[in-house]
Amino acid sequence: MKLFGHKPTTSAWFGLVVVTLFVCLALFTPWLAPYPESANIGGTWDEPSVKMLLGSDQIGRDMLTRIMYGSRMTIAVALAITSLSFLIGIVLGFLSAVVGGWVDVLLTRLVDVMLSIPGLIFALIILGVFGSSIPVLILTIAVLDSTRVFRLARALGMNLTVLEYVEAARLRGEGTWWIIRREILPNATAPLMSEFGLRFCFNFLFIAGLSFLGLGIQPPYADLGGMVRENAAAINFGMMAPIYPAATIALLTVSVNLVVDWLLSIEARPSGAQAEL
Amino acid sequence: MNDKKIILRIKGLRLEGVRAGNVIVDNVDVTLHAGEVLGLIGESGAGKSTIGLSAMSYARAGVHIADGAVEIDGIDIRKLDASGRRAMRGRRIAYVAQSASAAFNPSHTIIDQVCEAPLIHGLMSREEAETWARHLFKSLDLPEPETFGNRYPHQASGGQLQRAMAAMAMSCRPDILVLDEPTTALDVTTQIEVLILLKSLIREYGTAALYITHDLAVVAQVADRIKVLRHGKEVEEGTVDAVLQAPTQDYTSRLVAVRGAAASERADTTSVKPETILKVEHIDAFYGTFKVVSDVSLDVRRGETVAVVGESGSGKSTLARIITGLLPPAAGTITFKGQPLPKSLAERSKDLKRTIQLVYQIPDVALNPRQTLLETIGRPVSFYFGLGGTHDVKQGDHQTIRETISRPSSLYFGLGSAEVGKRTKELMDLVELPQNFLSRYPTELSGGQKQRVCVARALAANPDLIILDEPTSALDPLVAEEILKLLRKLQAELGLSYVLITHDLDVVHRIAHRTAVMLKGSFVAFEDTNRIFEGPYHPYTEKLITAVPVMRSDWLDGVLAKRAAATSA
Repeated sequence: MKLFGHKPTTSAWFGLVVVTLFVCLALFTPWLAPYPESANIGGTWDEPSVKMLLGSDQIGRDMLTRIMYGSRMTIAVALAITSLSFLIGIVLGFLSAVVGGWVDVLLTRLVDVMLSIPGLIFALIILGVFGSSIPVLILTIAVLDSTRVFRLARALGMNLTVLEYVEAARLRGEGTWWIIRREILPNATAPLMSEFGLRFCFNFLFIAGLSFLGLGIQPPYADLGGMVRENAAAINFGMMAPIYPAATIALLTVSVNLVVDWLLSIEARPSGAQAEL
Repeated sequence: MNDKKIILRIKGLRLEGVRAGNVIVDNVDVTLHAGEVLGLIGESGAGKSTIGLSAMSYARAGVHIADGAVEIDGIDIRKLDASGRRAMRGRRIAYVAQSASAAFNPSHTIIDQVCEAPLIHGLMSREEAETWARHLFKSLDLPEPETFGNRYPHQASGGQLQRAMAAMAMSCRPDILVLDEPTTALDVTTQIEVLILLKSLIREYGTAALYITHDLAVVAQVADRIKVLRHGKEVEEGTVDAVLQAPTQDYTSRLVAVRGAAASERADTTSVKPETILKVEHIDAFYGTFKVVSDVSLDVRRGETVAVVGESGSGKSTLARIITGLLPPAAGTITFKGQPLPKSLAERSKDLKRTIQLVYQIPDVALNPRQTLLETIGRPVSFYFGLGGTHDVKQGDHQTIRETISRPSSLYFGLGSAEVGKRTKELMDLVELPQNFLSRYPTELSGGQKQRVCVARALAANPDLIILDEPTSALDPLVAEEILKLLRKLQAELGLSYVLITHDLDVVHRIAHRTAVMLKGSFVAFEDTNRIFEGPYHPYTEKLITAVPVMRSDWLDGVLAKRAAATSA
């Protein structure tokens, strides 16, 4: 079978299947989950059973249900962050590349300043000051992350603005917005798409990390990072509980990366062929 | 005719693309005797470079050798394993690429790269290799041969790098050289020097060579025999004189004729009107502090073609950028249709931008690969003239095109109006492209077709003046011929004025009414084209004219004889 005109590799297939599963899971959680999100079903850290396939968490909620809801939440937030950061990063990055001059200098320096502050510290300060509601979380990480998207978009834009079809559009008298939207963006989609996948992974891990520190998504919502923290103590009793959410994080991140790797390899070799040596 | 032993024999060579059924080279045989030079000639896509590489049993990504035998000195290299092939490459057969500046590693010195092959193959010690390299530098007439090798590639000029690359190929004293368009990227005046040296190098060491080029006149100077290729198949093969004087195939005779016609043809002067449309006076321009154009004055009349010729770096393309407003000049004035023309693009009105259009050298990068021809050509029409409403229900036009070709194409700027569609189709007719191409993307076109689209895009603005920046130099000779014809036809029909930037004197001959010769940022001559070519010449003009290869096998020898006579006198 071919996708986008190319045959996925075995690892790409694995990634694609897992990612598709997660997407379906996230979309249909309320119908698929065996129990309500916060219902207490059993005792603390019950062993897996037919009733609760992955056992229960620290206050007796069904682990499988929590993981499903947690994935749904974490995926949704990571997706929102990545989309927003790409919107900001692409618009400003292309603007910087196309307009150049002081706009470029100003934006680039601003981004340099932001990049010089460690992201986690920056996020901890903002979330500490404004409190960790979901909109603040999304906005903060999106703005932080957009600096990296900006760097990529600017570099891609720089390579494209010097091409003659862009110059032809300038000579015609086209406006900046038109040039960005019609001449630059369509020619930068492939690398931006694969970067989207990578940034999604980073953001997913970042939220999980913040939640683990207690500054991410707040209870009663389930989220994967928070679940690792809540169940961490179970390790002391030799129980599996924190492994499940942690494994879920790993599985999704690895799968998205496998898909991105494949997409990047297509980009590197459009014909999908290697030289004959 | 040749009793020397056969050094390279390729039999029934067949190369296929990754997709099944896509045959790139079909059943080609090559026989090369020791010390002999075989010219492989053909247009782009003819498979000449592919054959050159497969002589080393190498195929580029996306291509694989499907069938055939490649014997070097009796050993079938295709039957060897990877390490066996590596042992042959560089040592028995070596390759000189077209663009030397792209083929050198910028972070190693030249001598390191030249000595690499003999060291890898264990043929020489480092010292021997260096001595040999310096010897080669000397015989290739490189400056300061003793220390030249210590330079990094960016410290040498294009012509020097091309020669250094030849030295690299000769470093293991191979039996066969594959020369892939070694002079194509060079200026005419540099090309002749490199040609002379390559020829003497091949003679001196008795190396056999496959000389790949699209220029018949160039190959005639160095080759013993010529093989003409087209669409991956052999058209004909013969000695140089036989192919040039009595080609047996129609395609070959057309190739020969293009060059022949150039010598006699002159531009038609009936289209020229007395009205001066563009007047450039005493222009100076700088890149940073470097003066690129100095005190240049030029005028163009309605319906006239003015050519600007010169080598790369002479400032001719800069002149084009100045006229279009991309590079505001530091001094001087530009007058357009009697009105002073603002120097920078930003100050020019939309209508002024419309009246001056530019056609680029390389059509591949001048067209947005993500826009259909309808968008590319239709955009200037709707941008400048805004014919019809953009929100009309009359999406009909595009609809019909879409239906007839039954493939989706995207239209973003509401270009549905019937008038724009009609105008776009007219433009396609003007540049002699089929109307159903409108839904295609540039990647689905050939080089010549792309250049036609570029011309159509310029015409869409209904301009008075078109600046042609090397419009034919990226195209194959027969295709370039067609584009020149088209440009002349359009001038006659529409009364356009052209400023033609080129390094190709053949093109100048044929379509320019007046010609300016540019050297280091200023004009050394600016007069009627006939006068330029008939003399008396400025010494630089003469150098340019005499450097253009003539389609005779003894032209290069003639030039050398003349030089020898000049120095002894």
